[in-house]
Amino acid sequence: MNFLFDKDTWQEIYSSIRKNKTRTGITIIGVMWGIFLLVVLLGAAKGVENNFNKLFGDFATNSVFIWGQETSKPFKGFQEGKQVALKIDDIDKIKNEVKGIDLIAPRSQAGGLVVRKFQSGNFNISGDFPVLDKIQNKDLIYGRFINDNDINEKKKVCVIEEEVYKQLFEKDEYPIGELISINGINYSVVGLFKESQTIRLGDNIHIPFTTFQQVYNRGNNISWMIITGSPESSIVQIEKDAKLILKNLHKVHPEDKRALGGINLGDMFKKVTGFLTGMQFLTWFVGIATLIAGVFAIGNILLITVKERTKEIGIRRALGAKPWEVKRQIILESVFLTSIAGALGIIFGGLVLMLIDATLGKGPQAALTNPTVDIPVVLIAAVTLVFLGTLIGLIPAQTAVSIRPIEALREE
Amino acid sequence: MIKIEKLHKSYPIGKDSLHVLKGLDLHIKEGEFVSIMGSSGSGKSTLLNIVGLLDGHDEGNYYLNGQKIENLDEKKAAILRNKFLGFVFQSFNLITYKTAVENIALPLYYQGMGRKERQKIAMQYLDKVGLKDRANHLPSELSGGEKQRVAVARALATKPKVILADEPTGALDSKTSHAVMELLKEINREGMTVFVITHEEDIAEQTDRIVRLKDGVIISDEKVNKSVNV
Repeated sequence: MNFLFDKDTWQEIYSSIRKNKTRTGITIIGVMWGIFLLVVLLGAAKGVENNFNKLFGDFATNSVFIWGQETSKPFKGFQEGKQVALKIDDIDKIKNEVKGIDLIAPRSQAGGLVVRKFQSGNFNISGDFPVLDKIQNKDLIYGRFINDNDINEKKKVCVIEEEVYKQLFEKDEYPIGELISINGINYSVVGLFKESQTIRLGDNIHIPFTTFQQVYNRGNNISWMIITGSPESSIVQIEKDAKLILKNLHKVHPEDKRALGGINLGDMFKKVTGFLTGMQFLTWFVGIATLIAGVFAIGNILLITVKERTKEIGIRRALGAKPWEVKRQIILESVFLTSIAGALGIIFGGLVLMLIDATLGKGPQAALTNPTVDIPVVLIAAVTLVFLGTLIGLIPAQTAVSIRPIEALREE
Repeated sequence: MIKIEKLHKSYPIGKDSLHVLKGLDLHIKEGEFVSIMGSSGSGKSTLLNIVGLLDGHDEGNYYLNGQKIENLDEKKAAILRNKFLGFVFQSFNLITYKTAVENIALPLYYQGMGRKERQKIAMQYLDKVGLKDRANHLPSELSGGEKQRVAVARALATKPKVILADEPTGALDSKTSHAVMELLKEINREGMTVFVITHEEDIAEQTDRIVRLKDGVIISDEKVNKSVNV
């Protein structure tokens, strides 16, 4: 392998490449295009994937929302059209009887007029337990979320969204400890959180669940509940089991499909994940197919090159070039060109990804988030390309030495 | 230097085969200046290809520098070509993207010689053919005669035993033809065996010995009377 470190070998390759600029250019563009497409495709796919992940973001993806609706079937003496009202007691029963539940949170919501000094606005008021913060991580700017003490003592405290803060407070005012009036009752602000960029539950102001039940006179009724499953459990099964228990508790026909409403995030997430897997497969398929096409392009160009250089190869052989030396030069040229082209393809692909990131990847409406490609993946692709380039380079190299020198020299 | 005994060669043409060389006997000694004369189709190019190890023969014996040539693979042939033979072609066959001096240095590269030494020797031979000032010119920037002189220098660079010249003046006008022949004569005077293939009578007459080929057989083999030329 000494020839690899021989300056003369590279001098030969350099002069042959330099003197055939068009050919070199076309070859490089062909291969560059292949690797460029692969990099951009993989990066864009990664960007879409990141975007979906961001969409679910801070929300526990393995979760389901359940609420009561009107029944669609008569059952045990009740007419159809009965309103199902979920109770706070349902929570404990579900928790005890359904397997695989991680967290469960009852929620109550109402609208309310919120006033502070001379500012006012209409916002959604939610009564919550501290556990909600575990299901949907609140991005707190100041203060804290509702705690057990608030629940037990039915404290008049609230955690407000940034939007509420903007409407009720002066710029740069410190909100913690300030009082705001909700439907005529004063609450002390204990926390300020950033609006969720992903799944919005329409929460503007959180107050302790127990406070809510008392103030809004809800008794044991709740608006809806969120259940999250432990990582190994099936959230679809949990939804089924929980609904069955609720139907039993509320005397609803087991086959009634309308009585309980539900959104299963886990199910949705699974569909998205399936879509992403499909997209990744497609990306790889297209990318690899493009690479192979690129490699064949090199082979083709080299084959043309060999035909074009038949005479030169004949001269070299008449002057004493051994067949292996001729082959070696063609293969090395192929490897050298593919390497350069691969590197350029990676660089241009990276630049395009940066451009995509700068134009499409910014802000809450971004189509792609952080489109990137793993360096090992790109390197493997590049090495594969060079390897295939060498293999395909063997074909023209073999052609080159199989032509008898006399025949080559006779060509005019 | 070159000894040929009962050499036969035929080329397949479709199902038939064309019998080109029909039992040639030829002995060329070291330091001779020989020309092979013949019209096209006489088999002279085939003979050159076999002598030049660019093609194999079917029957008979061929000794180059005392070594019997048989069952040569391409690698061995390439080494022998590089060591013993220097080629000069009708169409010069210089590599178009290499300068004069690089062209001359190329066979030395295949000998495995270092770059600086190659360059030095190439310059010596370029000087010998009187083109030192053209060293860094590409073949396209040289005249026909200059190109052929570069080709001769390239053939000489490896210090071969025999120079094989295939119609060396075929693409040149009479004046430059004369200059190239003078160069070959000078090389011969220095002791090199020179083997020229031509169909031009006046070129053949400048050599020391003319072998006439017709239809694959030698019809005459005679020394040239030098006094005519003097």
